[in-house]
Amino acid sequence: MTNDSSPNEQQLEAAFQARIDAEEKIEPKDWMPERYRKNLIRQISQHAHSEVIGMQPEGNWITRAPTLHRKAVLLAKVQDECGHGLYLYSATETLGITREELIEALHSGAAKYASIFNYPSLTWADIGAIGWLVDGAAIVNQVSLQRTSYGPYARGMVRICKEESFHQRQGYHIMMTLMQGSDEQRAMAQDAVNRFWWPSLMMFGPHDAESAHSAQSMTWKIKRQSNDELRQKFVDQSVEQAEVIGLTLPDPDLKWNEERGHYDFGEIDWDEFNRVISGSGPCNRQRIAHHVAAHEDGAWVREAIAAHEAKKQQRASKAA
Amino acid sequence: MTTDLTRATADYAVRLGDDALILGHRLSEWCSNGPFLEEDLALTNVALDYIGRARMFLGYGAQLIGGDCTEDTLAYQRDCREFTNLLINELPRGDFAFTMARQYLLDEHALLFLEALQGSSDAELAAIATKAIKETRYHLRRSREWMLRLGDGTEESRRRLQQALEDIWGYLPELFAMDELERELLAAGIAVDREALEAPWRRAVSATFAETDVTLPADGWRVDGGRTGYHTEHLGHLLSELQFVQRAYPGCQW
Ligand SMILES: [Fe+2]
Ligand SMILES: [Fe+2]
Repeated sequence: MTNDSSPNEQQLEAAFQARIDAEEKIEPKDWMPERYRKNLIRQISQHAHSEVIGMQPEGNWITRAPTLHRKAVLLAKVQDECGHGLYLYSATETLGITREELIEALHSGAAKYASIFNYPSLTWADIGAIGWLVDGAAIVNQVSLQRTSYGPYARGMVRICKEESFHQRQGYHIMMTLMQGSDEQRAMAQDAVNRFWWPSLMMFGPHDAESAHSAQSMTWKIKRQSNDELRQKFVDQSVEQAEVIGLTLPDPDLKWNEERGHYDFGEIDWDEFNRVISGSGPCNRQRIAHHVAAHEDGAWVREAIAAHEAKKQQRASKAA
Repeated sequence: MTTDLTRATADYAVRLGDDALILGHRLSEWCSNGPFLEEDLALTNVALDYIGRARMFLGYGAQLIGGDCTEDTLAYQRDCREFTNLLINELPRGDFAFTMARQYLLDEHALLFLEALQGSSDAELAAIATKAIKETRYHLRRSREWMLRLGDGTEESRRRLQQALEDIWGYLPELFAMDELERELLAAGIAVDREALEAPWRRAVSATFAETDVTLPADGWRVDGGRTGYHTEHLGHLLSELQFVQRAYPGCQW
């Protein structure tokens, strides 16, 4: 039994924090506070679920991609995201939880995923906007997480970031091509940005002051930069990218602040943020229902594998 | 090459491209629908290989046709009657047993076909075959393993696999049928002799299923028509999805 007030536990925790402060990576077999473990499971699995649920809005356009080249690129991208999901599930499993438990938590709503994927992908331009803005926001976050204190997570981020930057460039290229196209194409691109801009800013989470998990996560160096810092970085980079191809970001308050050396921007609609997180986004129910249906449809396949493996072992031991 | 032979080679490349495109489309429908994440990844990967293969064949066909023909005008601007894929490729993805059974039967065929195509006197077709055959070897290892798993696994997996084989069987003879175009190209050393593939294909398939508890269906019914554009009703719906953006916004760059 653990007792948080026992000197032993306190010593362990002090030594743990000292390692963190010295920028050492924590590895799966190392001692760690239970709350650190829980916090990591929550964050990494949320990240994994986001990769997996994100396959739906993008997969929605694979069969309709407008050229074979775009189709191949989109297929490869969604395949990458699937790989990220797998990689992150494995990282979560090093913390002593099974994939089956993680999926259950996703289905029951106990685990979250990035709220951005509760918005629908309605036109081809949305695939450009998602690549450019959503992967763009993800990279800002993930670059920062390359220095996270948990070893498997940090290493995962290094690997994942390389692929994400391809995704972002590909998305941006879709937008650029649309902006060089017909009036209808430009309108399609602008409409996608109008719909995806604010939800992309919401991806960084609540303001630092209101973020439930932030302070402790920063002390443990699970998070390395605050929500607001990261969001600002994303805004700064996106403004210039939008300008270059002639897109207007849908925020009248967006303007350069010489003093701060950053762009000022308008207030996020936190009511919308809370509504979507708590289930009233356009696609929340659809996303989970889709995942549940695929999982249930696949049950007989997973059972067949298990049965086949068992029979194979039986045959092998009989033969021996 | 004479103009006639060039045109025939173009048609041949387009057929092979259509086969790859339509099967790749069906496989890509599994994205986010797989029975578990590793399989989702693998199926998407196979789909991607087929889209890549389609681009090579259609791109070559377009080059031989000339003018403003491209892989995309071929893929996006022809209607049902002009598509020449074999029917087996356009059948809806069905359940996982159907998809994997079709894939296995096609992989065994593709391996033999591509081996032969590597010997084509058309250097471009031979080069595409050499590239594609590496992928097909990997596809076949996977799909064959699935036949062993599903054909051994549970009562349900055996029942589903058996049903899939029954539903597919009559679409297989088309894989081994030669028409006038392919005979002419065979005589010129360009095309593969499909008829010659049937015996080794049957041996391989029988050997695989002999390791399982499912039985191969008896030959009986057969449906042909893909090469003459006489398709199932499924293809039109597939194309309406595949071609939607280009049809809704014609004449644009994407
Ligand atoms: Fe990702
Ligand atoms: Fe990505």
